[in-house]
Amino acid sequence: MIFGRLDWNALPFHEPILVVTFAVVVLGGLATLGLITRYKLWGYLWTEWFTTVDHKKIGIMYMILGIIMLLRGFADAVMMRLQQAMAFGGAEGYLNAHHYDQIFTAHGVIMIFFVAMPLITGLMNYLVPLQIGARDVSFPFLNNFSFWMTTAGAVLVMASLFIGEFARTGWLAYPPLSGIGYSPGVGVDYYIWALQIAGVGTTLSGINLIATIVKMRAPGMGLMKMPVFTWTSLCANVLIVASFPVLTAVLALLTADRYIGTNFFTNDFGGNPMMYVNLIWIWGHPEVYILILPLFGVFSEVTSTFSGKKLFGYTSMVYATVVITILSYLVWLHHFFTMGSGASVNSFFGITTMIISIPTGAKLFNWLFTMYRGRIRFELPMMWTVAFMLTFVVGGMTGVMLAVPPADFVLHNSLFLIAHFHNVIIGGVLFGLFAAINFWWPKAFGFKLDKKWGLVSFWCWVVGFWVAFAPLYVLGFMGVTRRMRVFDDPSYQIWFIIAAVGVGIIAMGILAMLIQFAVSILNRDKLRDETGDPWNGRTLEWATSSPPPDYNFARTPIIHDSDAWWDMKTRGYERPTDGYKPIHMPSNTGAGVILAGLATVMGFALIWYMWWLAALSFFALIAYAIFHTFNYKRDYYIPAETVQATEDAHTKALAAAAAKG
Amino acid sequence: MSAEAHNDHAVDHHHDDHHHGDDHDHGSFKTYMIGFLLSVVLTAIPFWLVMTEALAPQTTGLVITAFAVVQIIVHMVFFLHMNHKSEGGWNMLALIFTIVIVVIAVAGSVWVMYHLNTNMMPTHDMQTMG
Amino acid sequence: MSHAASLNPDYVDEAGRPIYHPVEEPHHPEGHSTMLGFWMYLMSDCLIFAMLFAVYAVVGANYAAGPSPKDLFDLPLVALNTSMLLLSSITYGFAMLAMVRNRTAQMQIWLAITGVFGLCFLGIELYEFAHMIHLGATPQRSAFLSAFFVLVGTHGLHVTFGCIWLVTLMVQVWRKGLIPANKRRLMCLSLFWHFLDVIWIGVFTFVYLFGMLR
Repeated sequence: MIFGRLDWNALPFHEPILVVTFAVVVLGGLATLGLITRYKLWGYLWTEWFTTVDHKKIGIMYMILGIIMLLRGFADAVMMRLQQAMAFGGAEGYLNAHHYDQIFTAHGVIMIFFVAMPLITGLMNYLVPLQIGARDVSFPFLNNFSFWMTTAGAVLVMASLFIGEFARTGWLAYPPLSGIGYSPGVGVDYYIWALQIAGVGTTLSGINLIATIVKMRAPGMGLMKMPVFTWTSLCANVLIVASFPVLTAVLALLTADRYIGTNFFTNDFGGNPMMYVNLIWIWGHPEVYILILPLFGVFSEVTSTFSGKKLFGYTSMVYATVVITILSYLVWLHHFFTMGSGASVNSFFGITTMIISIPTGAKLFNWLFTMYRGRIRFELPMMWTVAFMLTFVVGGMTGVMLAVPPADFVLHNSLFLIAHFHNVIIGGVLFGLFAAINFWWPKAFGFKLDKKWGLVSFWCWVVGFWVAFAPLYVLGFMGVTRRMRVFDDPSYQIWFIIAAVGVGIIAMGILAMLIQFAVSILNRDKLRDETGDPWNGRTLEWATSSPPPDYNFARTPIIHDSDAWWDMKTRGYERPTDGYKPIHMPSNTGAGVILAGLATVMGFALIWYMWWLAALSFFALIAYAIFHTFNYKRDYYIPAETVQATEDAHTKALAAAAAKG
Repeated sequence: MSAEAHNDHAVDHHHDDHHHGDDHDHGSFKTYMIGFLLSVVLTAIPFWLVMTEALAPQTTGLVITAFAVVQIIVHMVFFLHMNHKSEGGWNMLALIFTIVIVVIAVAGSVWVMYHLNTNMMPTHDMQTMG
Repeated sequence: MSHAASLNPDYVDEAGRPIYHPVEEPHHPEGHSTMLGFWMYLMSDCLIFAMLFAVYAVVGANYAAGPSPKDLFDLPLVALNTSMLLLSSITYGFAMLAMVRNRTAQMQIWLAITGVFGLCFLGIELYEFAHMIHLGATPQRSAFLSAFFVLVGTHGLHVTFGCIWLVTLMVQVWRKGLIPANKRRLMCLSLFWHFLDVIWIGVFTFVYLFGMLR
């Protein structure tokens, strides 16, 4: 009763891989906690990071979460590649079906919800206020809360590794397989509650960033003078607010089926499992545009900066982004052409899917025209951008192939599909994130990333990606289905082995990136950027010191033209060195951590059917939220003297840098 | 502001707490009553039509749908004070965008599911596939 | 390079040179984004309801040889319920009119009346649900009933949260008065409350009235 359906069987003593993983995690965890305690960092972490409402720190925390989860999701990928490379000729491989099915499910869920989304949200959180000349987002407390809700979801997914199990349904958990009849265990419940809790965070973050962009732009920054990254962030966040509620509703209905026995998606009593597929893809397609649009914005910023030229076709870029946003709601059925809706429906969605590739093509031409006759500097961000252009385009083209319904009838759920979406996600989203990290790291931390290790990581990723995924295109054409654990046909094996080699090369790329971070931190004094503008940037974030002060801008800038910072530099802008006033700032709060913590407990309790704990934590959540609203004093002022001192330090640094260079 | 000038202002223009310029419409007793009476009428007639079966079912369906749409607009205007000026037009834009998405998602789902049900559900007639 | 064409005309000094910082810092008063942010949350909530309506449209005729709307819906009761909600909307409107005039006591009375109407709505709805379940028309009986209970129930849950919020705000106004923060909160609840009435228009039309038409 007290423990619901939780008992000792939930612990995976019978799975040696998990036992070893658990041991490693426990040791690593204890070591980390021990070090934090030894250096007395708990107070620092709580007051400076966990309770912060500063968008920059929240952005950094999102990025850290995303990178950590990338390692977990990648580990799942490695395990799959190894299994698929060896399971031929009667060999079972080293993973049984029970385990393997969880791995491919977890891989997808983690990569989309707990790697890509946090990394993108972190990036937008960090940059948007700086790019629009603001001091923070519209709702700083909600921002903190959103981060912790996302983390809560990640905690639940990770917990499923050691307590109980994860879903074995694939990352979208189609019923009837995900219904209570075929998945009576805790796996699908972990899936549901992790996503619902994280989804609250994401939706609130979407509302937050839209309000910020609409309301908090510096004077003179009309919509058509915003940086392109801010435009793509606006559209991505509109997509978030307009699509995540659909996911919330669908998962809630699945939850109802599983917990109270309703018949939305059952095979009997009038249920319709196809409705789930339909609804979840109404969310799912806008989701992939949420993932890519911000990175398109990154590529625009990087291309114009490193070509030394204003972005070609700003207006058409904006229109293309808005068109993509709207069209992304008209294509969702292409994810289930084969479910049987027939020729008329399939034709409509096939055509809309092909149409949506056009604005993306327009963007690509704009980037190319920006580069044309520019003075291109092949720093790492630019290299990642070129790699994106070459890689993503191939993935986009295979997407248009899949958009043709008769072709899709052959290729649906084959490895061709897997190759396609990894092609666009890795080539587009991941390469874009790496470009962004290399580009804006100096802004966030005050020193550049080590170029040598960055190059190693770059080449390992680019080569590794193609070695890992080109074979999957081949296998897809040969008819191999996705999510297979063992194979009969030995002619496939060579391709799987090549793919496994590819994942090994990618592993080296990831390792090189981690080394790059470590080496850069150790050598930070040599890599220091004192100017705040190491790349000769064009947008307002480069007008601040690196890292920016808490308040971002001592005095709010006035915008005259797009590429505002470039405009200021070319007009001979002189930074004011006095006349500062006290600055109004929001206060830190622990409420976000506490609320998300209660949500995690509630999720865990619901998963394990500990009803008393679920009710208790639910009421505690509501009560604490109401209690929090009784706190009206949530702000403070930074005194003018402090601002003066901070700005003086930056003035000195700028002078020293000018004297050196 | 002198005491006399203060009292001269009609009571529903008392906005001295919105120092940034109040663009929030709060309506008036008159507008709330108009909205209320319209809503009552727009609710009563549909109920009456269905309960008395005065018209054919198809027609009734169309009429009560139209009444629902009108009543929603009445609520938007008279209770939610929706206009193209609130929040610089962003409220209206958000509303229109949401309506577009809702229409696409609901109509699209009904269309798609109708076809799926016809083609794929048990004991279907092969002649009707398409 | 001549930039004259692209200078912001509002921020140019007498000599035609660009001004880069305003003398007075632009002031973002506390809560300046609240109404817009809350409106967008309402739009997202609207989408959730839209999906529940879509599901009802698709499976709402799947009675699974069980009870159908004609067996269950009591239109006079629904009409009574509808009037409870509509009356609560207008009493909230009166509360807002009082708030704008800083008539705190009057506002609190109208809020209390609103809450009473809201609770009446919930009470009637719970009675209706209990009656249906007693007849064997449980959410598990068929997809139609699942969709009915979830759609109408979700609306009811929202009304419940609205009532809790209402009481909380009444306490907060009682303690701190009609400070700007409380006024903002009351305006947000106002949007929420009217929005729930809008959703109810959809519910009584497409669930109850249409149900008796089929």
